[in-house]
Amino acid sequence: MIRVNREGEVWVFAEQEGGVLNEVALELCGKARELADELGVPAAAVLPGNNVSGLARRLIAQGVDRVYVTNHPRLAHFQTNSYAKVLVELIKKHEPQIVLFGATHLGRDLAPRVASQVRAGMTADCTDLQIRDVTDPKTKQVHEKLLLQIRPAFGGNIVATIVNYDWWPQMATVREGVMPLRDPDSSRTGEVLDEPVEITAADMPLKLVERHVEPRTVNLKGARVIVAGGGGMGNRENFRQIHDLAGAIGGAVGASRAAVDGGFIGKEHQIGQTGTTVRPALYIACGISGQVQHRAGMEESAKVIAINNDPEAPIFSVASYGILGDAAQVIPMLIKTLRERPVQTNS
Amino acid sequence: MPYHSVVCVKQVPDTANITAEAMREDGTVNRTALPAIFNPEDLSALEAALELRERYGGTVTVLTMGPPKAADILRDCLYRGADRAVMLTDRRAAASDTLATSYILSQAIRTIGETYGAFDFVFCGRQAIDGDTAQVGPQCAEKLQIPQITYMEELVRLTDRTVVVRRNVGNGWEIVETTLPALITVIDTANQPRPPAVRKVMLYKRARIQDEVVAQVRQQLPDASPEERQTEVERQLEVLRGRDLLIEQWNLDDIGADLDRCGLSGSPTKVYRVQSIVLTKSGYKEIPPTEAGVRELIQELVVDRTLG
Ligand SMILES: Cc1cc2nc3c(=O)[nH]c(=O)nc-3n(C[C@H](O)[C@H](O)[C@H](O)COP(=O)(O)OP(=O)(O)OC[C@H]3O[C@@H](n4cnc5c(N)ncnc54)[C@H](O)[C@@H]3O)c2cc1C
Repeated sequence: MIRVNREGEVWVFAEQEGGVLNEVALELCGKARELADELGVPAAAVLPGNNVSGLARRLIAQGVDRVYVTNHPRLAHFQTNSYAKVLVELIKKHEPQIVLFGATHLGRDLAPRVASQVRAGMTADCTDLQIRDVTDPKTKQVHEKLLLQIRPAFGGNIVATIVNYDWWPQMATVREGVMPLRDPDSSRTGEVLDEPVEITAADMPLKLVERHVEPRTVNLKGARVIVAGGGGMGNRENFRQIHDLAGAIGGAVGASRAAVDGGFIGKEHQIGQTGTTVRPALYIACGISGQVQHRAGMEESAKVIAINNDPEAPIFSVASYGILGDAAQVIPMLIKTLRERPVQTNS
Repeated sequence: MPYHSVVCVKQVPDTANITAEAMREDGTVNRTALPAIFNPEDLSALEAALELRERYGGTVTVLTMGPPKAADILRDCLYRGADRAVMLTDRRAAASDTLATSYILSQAIRTIGETYGAFDFVFCGRQAIDGDTAQVGPQCAEKLQIPQITYMEELVRLTDRTVVVRRNVGNGWEIVETTLPALITVIDTANQPRPPAVRKVMLYKRARIQDEVVAQVRQQLPDASPEERQTEVERQLEVLRGRDLLIEQWNLDDIGADLDRCGLSGSPTKVYRVQSIVLTKSGYKEIPPTEAGVRELIQELVVDRTLG
């Protein structure tokens, strides 16, 4: 636990692998900027790794004022204890008031260990963060400018708001893709500070034997339009219509779990609680019932078109446009209309 | 060589199947109206420990923290093959967040080690479906000062004091090696949890924790004096113990817990507000499933610049 430090910075753990920053770290830099401005304090990123100083510029362009870099050969590959040691030492030294991690596999492995070591609170998988004055309902005491940590709980059926009154730092992991990725501003300036931390063999209880990761082939998070198909598409062959519509509209292909389980398409296309979280300008849900686990991954979309033949399907409740009908008939109409559309020459 | 495992398990409300009966009028969820189930990934953790014991020998001790009712899942563990079960129940542990919970569990795991001999593995499910935080495993490991390996998909190899594990890393996997003791969190694709064995159900269905015996005696002897009841409780406990059917029950004092680190006072995070999901239906427009309807929709999206 650290003292309640109102001058404390807002921190982002800059997750990188092999010298490539994870997109969620960039998303969080933008959010940290926003929170820091509300608090009137600097935003900073913590960047452990080996020869990673070159990544600091990008983090600054995404919104932080300062980057604390810890380079060490033993930090070349992530492992929980060595990375936790860096975070814990720096948190104790600089006493930030907020520390944010991406809710990636790595983030969800590291963050709780850090919190336990610092003896601080930790809220997992937040989908929203706000700064507010909060009155403790028990003591009636007003706590100024606390971090509201907002997250789905109970299988996505409720939304809980978590606060830490006077037990800081306030730490959270944030779901990937829910904070908008801002355009980098390369004219921004900031400080890059070296923070040497001694990493000994004792901090390395794990040995990496082999690693196999696939580059994410589908860029669902970056897509402006997503066409997603569900169990209602019936079979793999009919699911081709989803690809065709995505092609006609210039979008990416998404899917519900029923479509993935049915073998219509690969798991990397799954949207939802156990898939990717997206927030495109337009989301077209075809033959998707819209169970809570699916909605969790797409309800932040700016516009949703739902095509479903069941008027009771929950997907209609998050839709801006509902088309009650057979997807197999409606999709070809959409494709036809889109193809007939005159080519736009303006931007 | 034999290996000794402790498995942390939790009883959770079945959040995947929330029925209309479980919703209150104000839209909030009535936890008590939901069926209580064995947290799915904890079954995977138990299975991992049982498979280990089958190959190498040793013991499997299961631990849960919760209300007395959670003894149901301890019996379930015994039906599936656990050697021993420990129930940690204490009102002072209520409202613990993950930091306090992991402190209490780590104290209980230490006590298990002191009582029954040193452990080599602690297995946890990756996460519980009521909170989905995945924090308690790593935090227990930190408190026990042992390495953690999260998201285990497969236990690849075990030789002497070295374990090799394949873990999921989201967009792939990695194989890591560590020395025992270690804490491992298990994901549901790691194995196929075995069902309860009929023979063990017959054997353990009468297994009880002390609190259950007390409640039962209160029902059996509604008019007896406290002393008479106490005597009856002692007698029944003795019978259960003699048949090896008394499930170990501990409170916070039994595990030497620092009360400031338990329950509300040990929890930095507080739930400030809970809202049920309100589905937004503002600006909803129904489009007829016709060519004309679709054309108008596309037009509208072009006009408001959703489509370029
Ligand atoms: C722990 C957990 C995590 C989960 N995570 C996810 C997740 O990340 N993502 C996810 O998507 N799901 C997830 N699920 C599963 C989720 O609960 C649903 O089962 C799933 O989303 C259902 O997919 P679906 O709506 O496509 O399929 P179905 O339930 O099969 O529904 C098909 C829909 O299509 C409609 N339909 C049928 N025929 C037609 C037609 N010809 N034209 C138009 N409409 C038609 C039907 O009316 C129905 O609404 C998860 C579940 C659990 C328990």
